[in-house]
Amino acid sequence: MNIFELTLFIWFGSLAAGFLGALTGLGGGVVIVPFLTLVFGVDVRYAIGASLVSVIATSSGAAAAYLKEGFSNIRIGMFLEIATTLGALVGAALAARISTATIAVIFGGILLLSAYLSSQPRSLRLSHLPPDPLASRLRMDASYPSAEGPKPYHVQAVPAGFGLMFIAGTLSGLLGIGSGAVKVLAMDQAMRIPFKVSTTTSNFMIGVTAAAGAGVYLNRGYIDPGLAMPVMLGVLIGSVLGARFLIRAKTRILRVVFGVVIFVLGVEMIYNGLTGRL
Amino acid sequence: MQKSRVPLTDERLVQIIGTLLRVGVLLAAGVVLLGGIFYLGQSGSTLPRYQAFRGEPADLRSVSGIIRDLFSFRAAALIQFGILLLIATPIARVLFSLFAFFREGDAIYVLVTLFVSCLLIFSLVGGGI
Repeated sequence: MNIFELTLFIWFGSLAAGFLGALTGLGGGVVIVPFLTLVFGVDVRYAIGASLVSVIATSSGAAAAYLKEGFSNIRIGMFLEIATTLGALVGAALAARISTATIAVIFGGILLLSAYLSSQPRSLRLSHLPPDPLASRLRMDASYPSAEGPKPYHVQAVPAGFGLMFIAGTLSGLLGIGSGAVKVLAMDQAMRIPFKVSTTTSNFMIGVTAAAGAGVYLNRGYIDPGLAMPVMLGVLIGSVLGARFLIRAKTRILRVVFGVVIFVLGVEMIYNGLTGRL
Repeated sequence: MQKSRVPLTDERLVQIIGTLLRVGVLLAAGVVLLGGIFYLGQSGSTLPRYQAFRGEPADLRSVSGIIRDLFSFRAAALIQFGILLLIATPIARVLFSLFAFFREGDAIYVLVTLFVSCLLIFSLVGGGI
């Protein structure tokens, strides 16, 4: 297989990953690394480099669309970006210091966690929480649009959210993923931010987090142009198509199927990491 | 021709950031696509070598190296330049927010965005910590 054929295969696979990722809301980045390493035998470091580049493209593109809808909270996003960018630098520094087999095993663990989280029903509690002094001081409280007009919300537990965001950033820099699942967990579960605000604000933050990791990867020679090119263009086009299709599609069965795929990839990554094949 | 200063509300800030992100991603994707077409023309028939990690050559690892290689018309450098534009897009977003918060006189968020800007610039020129 020459570079031309390989590029076409990788482009098409990335297109499918981006499409399914957008359609299921699980993100395409999380399957790119297993796809490149397990199917094409690409070295883990080149794979996480190409993956992280595609993460910047899709999240920035989607954030632009979400911002118009008025759910994203830019103050929450920008404050928590302190934690995610610091984490991303730590994660990227770690990536150079631990073996690729260890990275593969951690990656597999995160895939299993993502599969589990995607199987959980999303929380729909309506709570009227009192304002939190720290969140008020940081001007995080806002409202989001709903059918009955703007609904105000009060952000809770800023330190806990900040800590979880640091972990999300570390995973992003270590594994070349957006780690949107952990970001949403931090905002939705810990900080009690409404779900739609959490997902769109998480997306808003992913680009900056990934850019911090990608800068380090670039300097370290992890970003190969020949590999990053089809991955970035494939995932980007796939996710745009997926978002268009989303309005008409029934995503419940797709979520289950994609969740199973992620679970199987997670087991494969752990197995190959433990047996030293990656 | 003094322009009247349009007050920079949070809503307007969100609009401008949205446009900035969209233009940045489209521009980066266009440059990567162009570079990709040249790249496949130049080395499409050679064999890939991604199984073993060697790391990119030094000139494709740094901002200055990539820009220097652009002028010698290397397709790989053009793709790498597109990727640089992509990395620069969120950085530009943070820098613009810094400016906007400064104009709003929001001291806390000036510090927040200033700190994040420094981390991002450090990651790009810090030599791969």
